[in-house]
Formats: sequence, structure tokens, C-alpha cells
Amino acid sequence: MTAVKTTIALVDMPIVFAMQWNDWSRVFLLQDYNTRVVVLATTLLGLAAGLVGSFTLLRKRALLGDALSHATLPGIGLAFLLAPTWGLDGKSLAVLLSGAAISGLVGTASIIAIRNLTKLKEDAALGIVLSVFFGGGLVVLGIAQQRPEGHAAGLESFIYGKTASIIAQDGWWIAATAGCTIAILSLFYKELKLLCFDEGFASSRGYPIVGLDILLMATVVIVTIVGLQAVGLVLMIALLVIPAAASRFWTSNMRRMTLLSAALGAGSCMAGSLVSALLPDLPSGALIVLVSASAFAFSMFFGQERGVIARYWRRMGMQQRLDRRYLMRGLYELLEPSFAMAATPESGAAATNMWIPTKQLLATRTWPILRFSREINRLKRDGFIRARDGEIALTATGLLEAKRFTREHRLWELYLITHADVAAERVDRDAERIEDCLEPIMIHELESLLNETHTDPRLPVSPHQIELPSTLQASAVPVSNQTKKGAPQ
Amino acid sequence: MNLFIEPIIADAMPAGWLWELDGWIIAAGVLCAVASSLLGNFLVLRRMSMLGDAVSHAVLPGLAAAFLITGSRHSLPMFLGAAIVGVLTALLTQWVRGFGKVDEGASMGVVFTTLFALGLVMIVRAADSVDLDPGCVLYGAIEFTPLDTLDVLGFDIPRVVVILSVVTLVNLLFVVLLFKELKLASFDPALADSMGIHSNWIHYSLMTLVAITAVASFESVGNILVVAMFVVPASTALMLTDRLPVMIVISAAVAVLSAVIGHWAAITIPNWFGYASSSTAGMMALTTGVLFALAVIFSPKNGLLIMFSRRFQLELGILGDDVLAYLYRLEEKGTAEAITDRQIREELLGSRFAISMVMWWYKLTNQLQGDHTGYRLTDAGRTSAASLVRSHRLWEQYLVDQAGVASDRIHGQAERLEHFTDRKFRDELDRQTSFPSSDPHGSPIPAEQSTEQSIESQKPI
Repeated sequence: MTAVKTTIALVDMPIVFAMQWNDWSRVFLLQDYNTRVVVLATTLLGLAAGLVGSFTLLRKRALLGDALSHATLPGIGLAFLLAPTWGLDGKSLAVLLSGAAISGLVGTASIIAIRNLTKLKEDAALGIVLSVFFGGGLVVLGIAQQRPEGHAAGLESFIYGKTASIIAQDGWWIAATAGCTIAILSLFYKELKLLCFDEGFASSRGYPIVGLDILLMATVVIVTIVGLQAVGLVLMIALLVIPAAASRFWTSNMRRMTLLSAALGAGSCMAGSLVSALLPDLPSGALIVLVSASAFAFSMFFGQERGVIARYWRRMGMQQRLDRRYLMRGLYELLEPSFAMAATPESGAAATNMWIPTKQLLATRTWPILRFSREINRLKRDGFIRARDGEIALTATGLLEAKRFTREHRLWELYLITHADVAAERVDRDAERIEDCLEPIMIHELESLLNETHTDPRLPVSPHQIELPSTLQASAVPVSNQTKKGAPQ
Repeated sequence: MNLFIEPIIADAMPAGWLWELDGWIIAAGVLCAVASSLLGNFLVLRRMSMLGDAVSHAVLPGLAAAFLITGSRHSLPMFLGAAIVGVLTALLTQWVRGFGKVDEGASMGVVFTTLFALGLVMIVRAADSVDLDPGCVLYGAIEFTPLDTLDVLGFDIPRVVVILSVVTLVNLLFVVLLFKELKLASFDPALADSMGIHSNWIHYSLMTLVAITAVASFESVGNILVVAMFVVPASTALMLTDRLPVMIVISAAVAVLSAVIGHWAAITIPNWFGYASSSTAGMMALTTGVLFALAVIFSPKNGLLIMFSRRFQLELGILGDDVLAYLYRLEEKGTAEAITDRQIREELLGSRFAISMVMWWYKLTNQLQGDHTGYRLTDAGRTSAASLVRSHRLWEQYLVDQAGVASDRIHGQAERLEHFTDRKFRDELDRQTSFPSSDPHGSPIPAEQSTEQSIESQKPI
């Protein structure tokens, strides 16, 4: 069990260090029989719940476990009440679990029936089944506790759980369930995956949708029920929802997500129950939830695929690419009239000597000054522009790049006008949205559509009037002749 | 919530009905039910039905914090703490959903289980010295209602009833005064915003009231009742009507009914099996469930019964048409002997029951004669059959002539259309296809026989 030691990182350090070393090693080496049972049982449960949970999450039924675990209550009570009439022991775990399973399945069937036969939505179906079944369960338990044989002993543990006092029998139940769950889910992995992502496609390929749905729900029911009596209602809901939701932040690959979710569930349970073994006065169920909730919070921010920070960076990167495009094109369009006047319009040397006041470029965009100057600095750093006091000019590479950007923009504008019938005064905005996504092959296609050739050094003329800052239009002289003090009016 | 009725209730509630006790219990139940169901309409419409459940689990840390801060179990700080955390649950769910792009159900699940666990830890920390049991102390039971009274204007009124009356009144005012805004914000938030209604504010005040109602209710009557009343009466009402004001009134009525019946049933029904009374709150929740099931089955608009009977009626009508047309075609081919039940069943694949219904109807309206050993068309029957066959063949002609459908594919389509074609329609088809005398298969098109406008009235049932 050396792997257990790695979970120490998740533990509240000061408290752990305050403990005696032998307490410490006793817990982490699982020397106590009770600790061993609790830790192993909850870990297996977390594993199974994490696996099933990732399927229900993708099927947009995250709270199914919530509704189901409430819906088991009447079954438990009825099993307790009716078992003696069939000569069974009302307090035996097998009888109670079968009762729970039956009423859980009836609850599942009701959810499906309400959703398919009425105009009510999924959430209402879950809420109705949850509250009505639980209400019924309270009524039945209210009767059950009037029976002479004990105070309906142990029935309430189905609701609040008894994580710290899991016994070996529960452990075996959990182990068996986890085994079944893993077997079912890996056997039908492909079919269930299809069910989660594209129900219509699955049914068109001849997969039995209803059958698969029932199989998945039945797996949820089994895991929920076995877990319910071991760890209680709220922890069971948490185990079904949190690891799956957390692992979704890390990957878009279903196999990886499922495995990660199982690992997270198992890891949280192990860490939580170990901590509670060290701090016996804290409820282990609650600790497990808190550990997995921290894992969720961590994933939400740092998840590789859909985490907040990853999404932020991706958006920023995209924004920067677009900003560069817009500025370079703006610069090119500012210089364009001067190119037309110069004797050798495309000679690189002349173009790179034309200086533009920075403020004129800023005037082409309604950007905050910070965003503008940041991009200008980046352009300078990458060698696309040169700057001197208050003025900038394109470098040779910058000129090529600016020309390419302008060309792509105008190609798309022309395409919109000639082939999509968009009015000329509206194409500028539309083209700005798409131009970054144009790949070389698309550009090539546009060129052949519009009879433009790549070898033609001239750019297509902008199909709409380019709004230049008034200063430039007034002084149509090459900007390079302006002196430093020629700041825009 | 309190699962087990305390012995004191067994003493307080003998076999007989005591109005001074049961009356107050029912009053508390009715108030809680109405207060929740008023808001519940909007939760169901906004697909947030599970919020009541989430809040009821999530308030634990609020209660614990209030206890830790004030050191007492006085109800006001507890109430405030719980209400704050209740609102926080709604806000956090919203935040996780928007900020982390997690789906609604999952974000709710993450938020409320985490808050519950946090509360549990806080309570265990706090309860070392004091008796603070999450199962019993924090959640009231409706059966205790009459025990804790306040003096209001010289009357002894249970505290619970006073609190719930205030909550009900506030919710009622909210729904009535902001009806237009709530309606717009629920159905079309964008339109509401464009009209200057802040749909976000409406949303957050709704969430706040939901949290307060939930907390006030399960502090006094137990949480399952409020969770049920948020969802079930509104869903029941939605099965019965499509109009929001009507829906709200119906949901309140359902709430009142289930509270009254629920309490009665909790006392009476266990008696039938030789037990003492059971959980009133549970029974009230169960009763709404029964009312909901009744609405699903018997709703005059969307009920299963009406849906199935409409479908069956249509099936019978079409089967009846097919029987007449079948007999007509056989006559046309010159088949001399009468047709038996069995032949019809084999030809038209109808169930024995449906066919006998149809035959009974046609004999009653004198369109068929004979019995199950052999049927023949009467003159009246022949007239309606001729109209049907005329519709069928005119359609075939039209499909080939005007719609350019290949002639081997027209029969199925004409078979479907013939049942919904009346006199006016036939005349138009006739005109469009330039008054043909035979269909594309060469069968003669019978002359128009119907004297009235529609053949619909001759369909069975």
C-alpha cells in the first residue's frame, strides 16, 4: 500500500504533523482492521461511482443519483414490513437491499415515463419522483418503527450513512458491486458511449436504445443502493456527480475521462477516509465530499481541456492573433494611398521608410490604449514594425505579413459580395470574423473562385470605402516626408 | 427532517380528531404548501425544479455557522444563517454553471453536497459540548406545530403558523405584483431585458424567496414537504392548463388539497392496517404525487386517457373507412357472396375488438347488413363507400397527373389522404385533374354521390 502515501499531500498538514508518528503509520499502513475495511470499501465505492457517474453526467442526468437514492426509501421500509410475511428476516441486508433496488427501479421507470409521456422536462420528473417517493418512504418508515422488533433498527442509516462503521459484510457487497459495474461498463463501453453522445445515430445503427438506457440506469441503481447504506445519501450523490464533473475539465476523450473520474472517486474516498481515521471526531463521509470538492475546484481552474484558466489562455491567444491581424491590416491600409502615389509602389525599400504616427493607427480601432500599445509592443518584439518617437513603420517582413492579412481580408470580402450577396458596407465586419480561420487551401479556393492569382503582386481593391483618419485624407503626401513634429492635429 | 414520530405525538393524537391540534397542523401544512407552490410554478417553468432539494440539503453550514457565532439555538440567527446559505446555493450553482461551463444538474449536485459536507463538519466541531443533532434538532416536524404557540392579539397561535403566514403573504404579493415581470423573465429573458425589466433581478429575488420559503418551512414542518410542494403541484397544474395565471391558481388548489387530504390520510390509513398514525409531511408529499398521477392520466387536455382514446378513435375511423372501401371494391369486382368477419380481419389486419366495434357502428347507422358470417353494404353504405373510393382514385389521378409521382408509388399515399378528403376537396381534385373517368390503374372513378359537404360525419363514433 505504498501508493497510499502519496495521498498525504491532500491532508491538512499541520494537523497531521501534530499527530504521533505511530498513529500516523498505523493509519497509513492500514494496520487497523477497521481502518482497512473502511478505506478499502470506500475506495472501491468511489471507483464504481466515478465510473458510472461519468456516463450519467454525459447523458445530462447528473442528479439521477439524487432522485434514485431518495426513491429507494419506500422499498427499504416495505421490505422491512413485508419480509416476515414471506418468512424472511426483515433486518437482513439482502432483503433490505432488494427492496431498495425494486423501488429504485420503479422510480427510474417513473422518471422515464414522466419524461416520455408528458410535456414535463427532465428536472421536473426528477423532482417529482424524488419528493413523492421520499414522502412515501417517510410514511412507510413511520409505520415500520411502530413494529415491536427494535426501532426499525438501522433503517435510518440508509439516509445518514455510517461510513466510519462499515463492516466487512458491507465491504464485500461493495466489492461485488464494483466488480459488476466495471464488467458491465467495459463490456458495453462502445454502445454506452454512443448512447451518451448520439442517441439518434445509435438507434439508426440498430442499437437497442431503451435497453441500453435501462442497463445504464440499473447500474446506477445498484451502485447507489449499495453505497447508500454504507455511506449515506448525500455522500452517494456527491460520489456520483463530483468526480465525473471534475474529470470533464481535464479531457474531451471519453475513455480518459471515465478512467480519470474513477481514479478521482477512488482517490478522494481513500484520502477522505484516511483523514477521518486520523481525526476520528470528524465524519468521514463529509471529509470524502470535501476532498472531492477540492479536487473539483482545482480541476475547474486548472483543468487542461475545459478549465477556466486553459479556456482563458486559449481565448487570449486567439484575441492576440486577431489583434495582430487587425493592426497590421490597418497599418497597410493607412499606407496604401502613399503606395499609390509613389513611383515604385511595391518596392520594399520605399514602403519600409514610410512612417505613420501611432495615433493615426490607434484611430482606426476603438480599442483601449492598453490593448493597443500591448499589441504594438509585441509587433515590435517580433520584428514586424520599427518605431521611433511617436511613429511606426513596417519592416520588410512586416510588409509581407501585412499584405497577406489585407489580401485574405479582401478576398473574403469579395467572396461575400459576389457569392453570398452581402451588401458591400456590411462585409468588413463579417470578414473580420472569419479571416483568421482561413487556411491556405481555402485561400486558394477563394482565389480561383474570384479569378485572382496569387502571383499578381497587386492586392484586390477594397470593395468598400476604407475610413481613414481625417488627417491622412487631408494630407495625401507620403507620410515618410513628415517630420517628427508632424503629429496629427 | 424528523423520520420518527416522537411518542408525544402518540399521546397528543388519539384516535379521535381534535380540531385544536389537527386544525393547526393542517393550517401549517396548507400554508407551507401554498407558499412553496406559488414559487414552484416559476421553478418548474425555468427548469430549476431540483433547487428546493438542493437548498434543503445545503443550508446546513448556515445553521452551523449561526450556532457557532451566537452560541445559541435561538431561531432568528439560525433562520438568517440558513437563508443566506440558501441564496448562496442558488448563486453558487449559477456561478459554477456559467464560470466553469458545467451543466446545470451537475453544478447543483456539486454545490449542495459540498455545502452539506461542510455543514456536517462544522456541526460536529460545534456539537462536542452541545446537543446539536443534524437529524432531529435542525429540522422540525409538522406534528409539533400546536406545541409552540405565540400570543397574537390575544389568541394563542402556533409560532409556525405565524411564520408561514408571513412567508405565504410575501410570496403571494411577489407573484401578484410582479406577475408580468415574472412571466416575461421566465419565458423570454432577452425580451424582458429589452423592455427594461431586469430579468436578473427578478431571477435573484425569486431565488431569495425560494431560499427563505424553504428554510422557514423545513425549520417548522420538515423539508420533504417543501421539496415536494415546490415541484409537484406546479407540475400537476402544468398538465391541466397552458395558461400561467390558471396554472398558478390550480397549483395552489392542488397544494391545499394535498395538505388537507395528506393529514387526514396520515391518521386514518395506517389505522386500517392496525398501526397508529404515520408521518404527516410524508403523507402530504405522497398525496400530491397521487394528485399528479391523476392529472397525468385524466387531464382533459394532455391526459394519457384522452391521448389514447383520441388515437383509438382515429384508428377506428380509419379502419371503418377501410372496411367500407374494401367491401365496395369487392362488389365492384363482382364478388357475389357476403364477406365474413374473418376475411375482413385478415385483409385489413385490425384487431378483433376494433373490427367488431366498427361493424356494430355500421349496422347501427344502417350502412351494413348481415352478421359476422357475412356482411353486405346497404345503399347508404354504398354511397359513403363510393365517396371514399372516389377520393382515393381522384388522389391517385392527381398524384400522377399534377405531382408527377410514379404510378407504382401512389397507392399508399392515396390510402392515407382519402380519409381526410371531403366533398369540397374532391370537387377541387376533380377540377384540377380535368374530370377524369378512371384512375391511373384503369379503375373507374365513381360519380360524386355525397349530397352534403363532408363525409366526416359518417365516420364511426
